[in-house]
Amino acid sequence: MSVEVLLFIIFNGLLYGMFLFMLSSGLTLIFGMMGILNFAHASFFMIGAYLGYQISLYSSFWIAILLAPLLVGYIGAMVEKYGLRNVHKYGHIAELLFTFGLFYIIEEIVQMIWGKTPVAYKVPELLNFPLIQVSGMAYPAYSMFRLVLSVLIFIAIYRILAKTKTGLIIKASLTNPDMVAALGHNVPRVFSNVFGFGCGLAGLAGVMAGNVIGTEPSMALLLGPIVFVVVVTGGLGSIKGALVASIIIGLMQTAAVSLEFNLNNIFQYLGYNIDINSTLNYFTNITISQLSPIVPYLLLIIILIARPRGLFGKRDV
Amino acid sequence: MSSLFRNYKFIFYSILTFILLLLPILFSSSFVLTLFCKMGVLIIFSVAYNMLLGQTGLLSFGHAIYFGLAGYASMHFLSGINNNFLPSLPLPFLPFIGAFVGLILGVSIGYLSTKRVGTAFAMISLGFCELITALTLIFVVFFNGEDGIQADRVTGNDFLGITYGPQQEVYYLILFWCIFAVSIMYLLTKTPFGRMCNAVRDNQQRAEFIGYDVRKIRWMAFSLSAMFAGAAGSLHAINYEHIGFESVSLVQSGMVLFMAYIGGIGSFLGPIIGAISLTYLDTMLSDVTEAWVLYYGIIFVLVIAFAPQGIAGLILMHEPVVRNKPSLLKKLIFPYLIFGLSILILVIGFTTIIELIHSLKSNHSNLTIYWIKISNSNFLVWLTSIILAILGLFLCRKSYFRTKEVWNDVIENIKMSLVK
Repeated sequence: MSVEVLLFIIFNGLLYGMFLFMLSSGLTLIFGMMGILNFAHASFFMIGAYLGYQISLYSSFWIAILLAPLLVGYIGAMVEKYGLRNVHKYGHIAELLFTFGLFYIIEEIVQMIWGKTPVAYKVPELLNFPLIQVSGMAYPAYSMFRLVLSVLIFIAIYRILAKTKTGLIIKASLTNPDMVAALGHNVPRVFSNVFGFGCGLAGLAGVMAGNVIGTEPSMALLLGPIVFVVVVTGGLGSIKGALVASIIIGLMQTAAVSLEFNLNNIFQYLGYNIDINSTLNYFTNITISQLSPIVPYLLLIIILIARPRGLFGKRDV
Repeated sequence: MSSLFRNYKFIFYSILTFILLLLPILFSSSFVLTLFCKMGVLIIFSVAYNMLLGQTGLLSFGHAIYFGLAGYASMHFLSGINNNFLPSLPLPFLPFIGAFVGLILGVSIGYLSTKRVGTAFAMISLGFCELITALTLIFVVFFNGEDGIQADRVTGNDFLGITYGPQQEVYYLILFWCIFAVSIMYLLTKTPFGRMCNAVRDNQQRAEFIGYDVRKIRWMAFSLSAMFAGAAGSLHAINYEHIGFESVSLVQSGMVLFMAYIGGIGSFLGPIIGAISLTYLDTMLSDVTEAWVLYYGIIFVLVIAFAPQGIAGLILMHEPVVRNKPSLLKKLIFPYLIFGLSILILVIGFTTIIELIHSLKSNHSNLTIYWIKISNSNFLVWLTSIILAILGLFLCRKSYFRTKEVWNDVIENIKMSLVK
């Protein structure tokens, strides 16, 4: 493997990892704090992408990146306040099912408003040029912008949780909601705000990524399960864990995609040759890049069975 | 008294079976027959699913794995028979192959996933679902990618002179299997094993304390549920003579979850009610409206928020009233009527708005809803439907609380009479 390919894998892996982090850090907080596994989290991401498209159509991308996450966060907080809070008394499974239904509803509403085909959400003109060129491979300026912004957001969340009083209350509500309520804080409102904040982060990820990966109604279904992988691998309520898990998964996925390597290569190395027409060849010629879609789910299953508290979690899922 | 009751039950089920046997003669159109076949398959699937969700308390997002993969296995077996590659097996026994595949998968996947409960279990099942769906698209030789595989169910070796060419004969096959599988699953709920499933669901610690291995019980329930899902998948494949990767995917798993939950997971009849009503609505409404999945989702969310025991739970709620003081039911009729009317107004207003929004996308400005032709360029139509929706919402809120009051009165009354 040449250095350029390695560099490319690292850059794209980091980019994808930071995107996953933006997408799932909100859910890490929500899941850790309220125990709600929000199935519709990726749907809020999708709403963000569509709102970003719509707002940038009327004004500019820069207004969209400020406004759309706020709107998504508001929608999220309202969903928590008027929907989830009523279901809370039936337990976590009912909440999970509620968000599962919500996932369907949001997908249908998005289809109703914007149609079933992808919308033409474009990268802003200002950043639409290759920033660096290393031996024939171009690194677009917009990707750099996304990378830098997501790193800044990680630092911001980390600082808020670690240094401010709000962060202290949130962290306390994560572990001990009853005690926090007894001290006079409005825990349901904290929940609502965190839920809205998490959805807003997903919305921001949507605004930033929708113009790269394509804004279409099926994007929530494609990304939904991967969000869970990040949350579970990182550990409940751990922002640091979410970051590490995102980057690991990002690098793993990107590396797997670029490996055109299969069992035939190993057999050839050992001195056997498999007949191309044999049935066995159907299995041995599957490359690692073809298997890359299953990597995150395999990770999810293994983590949940072997180490349900994830990398940095303090308690089991 | 109780033997008399049992007699009634026996007569009821006999009549029901008789009607089901006569159905193909009453409805000869192939459309209706196909609908009944679909219902039969999904009844088995959703009852099997509820063995896990309702009775053992495990929420699975990946139950379509056993349904779909058993379907694939059956299709391969069928084409193996057609190519004289495999020994000929009469078609009615093919679901046993599907059940066997389901059981093998259930035992192996269940071994891993039943180590956890609750949300963790749900996520493991989701992981398996996505994993298997991705694999069906990777291993083209077995699954044939997005096209899926097909096989001819008319194998030529007629069993008792039945070819299973016409849909009618397939209906009887599915009916037989539906009654057979559902009765076995019902009897299973009456066994000590079935009771232990409920105990594990309700209080794991106590079940453990009595001396049961709770994980083993979950594992057994999981495997059996997968086995029946496999039989259903096999019948599904026979019915359509085709199976595709969507039968393995999260969409199929979500559908069976909706059916079981909307029908009511708390009782054995719930999933059956859910499968019948949702299949009917699905077939009828998917031609009429594009927004069917939206309504589906909204119904599901409303059931979770307001009637967590589903349709069956709403019906069974009245059992103590009927048993103790049937005369009190009269008191309930009027509030129910008002509540039903308010819901009707809300539904008409809401669906009209949704359909109007949908019609904006198409080129036609006219649409027919509730047998009335309206135009989406007419401002008055929009205004009327919005007013109807708001009025309906308002009336629903009002009459909901009123109905609840009357209901509480009735229950209080019964409680008092029982104390005396």
